[in-house]
Amino acid sequence: MKEEITILAIESSCDETAAAVVTNGRTVLSNVISSQIALHTVYGGVVPEIASRKHIEKINQVIEAALDEAGKTLTDMDAVAVTYGPGLVGALLVGVAEAKAIAYASGLPLIGVHHIEGHIAANFIENQDLEPPFICLVVSGGHTHLVVVKDYGEFQILGRTRDDAAGEAFDKVARAIGLGYPGGPKIDKEARNGDPHAIAFPKARIEGAPYDFSFSGLKSSVLNYLNHAKMLGEQVNCADLAASFQQAVVDVLVEHTVKAAKEFGFNRVAIAGGVASNTCLRAAMRQACGQAGIRFYYPSPIYCTDNAAMIGCAGYYEYRKGVRHGWDLNAVPNLKLGER
Amino acid sequence: MEKMKILGIETSSLVASAAIWEEDVIVAEYTVNFKKTHSQTLLPMIDEIVRMTETQLASLDGIAVSGGPGSFTGLRIGSATAKGLGLALKKPLIHVPTIAAMAYQCYGSRYLICPIMDARRNQVYTGLYLFSGETFTTVMEPTAMDVRELMDTIHQTGREPFFVGDGIPVYREQIEQMAECPCHFAPAFMNRQRAAAVASLGAVYMKEGRIETAAAHQPEYLRKPQAEREREAREREQNA
Repeated sequence: MKEEITILAIESSCDETAAAVVTNGRTVLSNVISSQIALHTVYGGVVPEIASRKHIEKINQVIEAALDEAGKTLTDMDAVAVTYGPGLVGALLVGVAEAKAIAYASGLPLIGVHHIEGHIAANFIENQDLEPPFICLVVSGGHTHLVVVKDYGEFQILGRTRDDAAGEAFDKVARAIGLGYPGGPKIDKEARNGDPHAIAFPKARIEGAPYDFSFSGLKSSVLNYLNHAKMLGEQVNCADLAASFQQAVVDVLVEHTVKAAKEFGFNRVAIAGGVASNTCLRAAMRQACGQAGIRFYYPSPIYCTDNAAMIGCAGYYEYRKGVRHGWDLNAVPNLKLGER
Repeated sequence: MEKMKILGIETSSLVASAAIWEEDVIVAEYTVNFKKTHSQTLLPMIDEIVRMTETQLASLDGIAVSGGPGSFTGLRIGSATAKGLGLALKKPLIHVPTIAAMAYQCYGSRYLICPIMDARRNQVYTGLYLFSGETFTTVMEPTAMDVRELMDTIHQTGREPFFVGDGIPVYREQIEQMAECPCHFAPAFMNRQRAAAVASLGAVYMKEGRIETAAAHQPEYLRKPQAEREREAREREQNA
């Protein structure tokens, strides 16, 4: 095999149109992201049809910018990697159709990449020493998974959320206290001025499933707290509420992750996904891992958000395994982790 | 001079279709009207006709794509495929309105050509076209309208309409009830979208210089996203 493999990667699973050029999975030559957040803010969340339309409008410019910034052309590429699930089907389809056509017309192999596998792989970009196996907590607006990364592209899922994803809970609570969309960064900011122990919110544990998560009960408690205060005509301290809610989420995430690392004997833990850029989660995980003698890895915020560099990274390891997809590759909105 | 060569793509409805047009000859056309998604069928179909006809992709002069209206997702699959091909091959795209391409299939007809696509909510995506000899004229630009309104417009022209499109099975009865003149309906072999028509009309446009870059191309949906329509309605209500 050639020593240097350069991949053009495309990601369009939700509300970011992204393209990147990545060499050997860990050297990012370019990472271009066109975010639509401002467009969706007036709706209080991502509108799938608007997201899909925006992807079509921007995708060629984003890909061309990624190639330009990398100083490369399609003839320098060895493969095209694209997110084909999970995500919004209409949004995914834009990236998938585009990537297939580019690969086809350039005579390049096509590699379909799992979006979450991409998020996990984001950790490899800035941590050249990190290799499987390790434990990874994946937390985003659509996903909450605790997984053992057994090898590149091989996963054992230890736990997942039974209801809301962690990021979804952030969005819903942010909406309830009037902070708006996107909830994660807004709560994170608000919480900095609050007391995380001001209000005792429940931390759900699920009997018989020690690594599963549940956030809908916590979300309901927050809503009940707000309603109760409203009925009594009491003023709610938003900063305290945000900080206490955030602490309840973070405590459970950290506890489960560290417990799993200890039980299964891993001395390396990573976090991934949009919520991985939450400052409280990063600090708490760093402290808990430090106390337990576990090495803690996390991506920079730019690699936590949806991006294509992580798809180029995961795509590289899939490429090395010999994974190739055909021209009939479809978007799979509910693709399971580890499925091909 | 080399012969002009155009790839046509059509995915605006249930039909997936790809064709290669080479200086007034359709050297290949592949059309499927089946439940599989265009995402699974379109590129394998293009690959099949390209290989069958030994076409060098680099020899294409342009990619003609059925640009809408139609199924939002369907349009985007065709559009993203055309944009990806255009980007990689550095070729221009030709945006062919879906309704115009459907009308163009009725080349030489002496009737008022009226494509109708079922747009749901009791509306059709439609337009009106005429051939006078070989000259193809647009009487009414593509739009979404109620069948009643469409019939009134047709009656004002004083011409007999010739309907084509997947709106026929849905609205034929209503049309016949409202009609104040004889109406004509296209038979099965010519009443669905076809990439051959997209490529042929695309070639006419290309010769007129009506091309765009792959980056600039996007479908013409003729309808806003539902969430946007609802938001605008709410804002109008609040302002009233």
